[in-house]
Amino acid sequence: MEAFEYIAPRTLAEAYQHLGNGKRTAMLAGGTDIIVQLREGRRSCDQVLDLKHIPELMALAFTSDGTLEIGAATPLADIYEDPEVARRLPGLVDAASLIGGIQIQGRATLGGNLCNASPAADSAPALIALAARLVIGSSAGTRELPVEEFFLGPGQNALQPGEILLQVKIPPQPPGSGACFLRFIPRNEMDIAVANAGVSIQLSDDRSRIERARVAVGAVAPTPLLVPAAADALVGQAPNAETLERAAQAAAEAATPITDMRGSAAQRRHLTRVMTLRALNGALQRATENR
Amino acid sequence: MPRTQVQTRLNGADIDFLCEPRQSLLEVLRDELGLTGTKEGCNNGNCGACTVIMNGRIANACCVLAVEAEGAEVTTIEGVARGDQLHPLQQTFLEEAALQCGICTPGFILAAKALLDKEPNPDEHRIRYWLAGNLCRCTGYDKIVKAVQKASAEMQEAKV
Repeated sequence: MEAFEYIAPRTLAEAYQHLGNGKRTAMLAGGTDIIVQLREGRRSCDQVLDLKHIPELMALAFTSDGTLEIGAATPLADIYEDPEVARRLPGLVDAASLIGGIQIQGRATLGGNLCNASPAADSAPALIALAARLVIGSSAGTRELPVEEFFLGPGQNALQPGEILLQVKIPPQPPGSGACFLRFIPRNEMDIAVANAGVSIQLSDDRSRIERARVAVGAVAPTPLLVPAAADALVGQAPNAETLERAAQAAAEAATPITDMRGSAAQRRHLTRVMTLRALNGALQRATENR
Repeated sequence: MPRTQVQTRLNGADIDFLCEPRQSLLEVLRDELGLTGTKEGCNNGNCGACTVIMNGRIANACCVLAVEAEGAEVTTIEGVARGDQLHPLQQTFLEEAALQCGICTPGFILAAKALLDKEPNPDEHRIRYWLAGNLCRCTGYDKIVKAVQKASAEMQEAKV
């Protein structure tokens, strides 16, 4: 690995100061992507900023209105082991608990998974479906972005020089809502998605109609995708098999997959329909149970 | 790059070591501290051969910078036995022939130990899921799972 300086700032102000010193910087949270990329020469830097000693970036808490605020450097295991998160946001736990193996989950973070900006990032469709927003900070202040606008292309995110991804904010999921995330891989655990899908739906009070929906798919386009056409197929409709199938078909039509070692374009498009359909059924089940 | 001094608690003893920021915990354990029980497999976080327990959680030492161990508590395979007395997992791995070439074994033992410390009586599915981040190309995993089940039973009996 190329030599670099290691800095572990204790405050955001200190981190921004180091970011502004003109050196090429790599942010370190869990290190499960960045350390490998530095070792393999896919990234290089003059300094590594370890963000794990900044309290705001390691926090996990629900606000009084029920929004979940997750510090960008909080390990995935801290998220899915939290009983309140597991109860209120099973659709987030679906993704957090299947990124890597246990060794990875104790270190890897939502911030890292998002900043790495892989088209196949498993947290992305789950967070897009949950209408998560990202808080981005710099010495000039903070700004917020819907998570689906954070991805610009494979490995490319919307952070500007001097900015740090601080927090993921997930709005409260009201009674009658449900979310679900699913991924297809050739083995049971520990692999990169061939295709994945995250969905959330909100049922009407009498459970007869879908009032709101968000459908997102991954690994089938240069970035994780929000698919408004799939949501349009759901909203206002009865939550029956025909409705869900139409939405799944719309998700497959929005996919623009490539063929690579993990799967062909045709297989990925097929899997997008299947994963979306199954995730919709999972979300519907949860929405029905969520009173 | 100047070397940094790191203080850590390693296998129950407070130690200091010097390292460069670019050195992984795996490199420092093996090359600077002479603890070669932690194995290098893929060196990219896929195989689990370099699994250590860090602050109560398992981690791949290849994906940790050694400087991150400042103030941490780290356990490697060298810290698992008590003197000459093997840990129940080490004993059952031997009895159940849960290894052939042995490269993956220290990682499996540490991962399994972390599981049993947290959940003393995991079922087979849970054991397989927990150990999915450890690859073994010799055994086909069945003997490893049996060894973990046997250690789990023996450790619970020993407590009663």
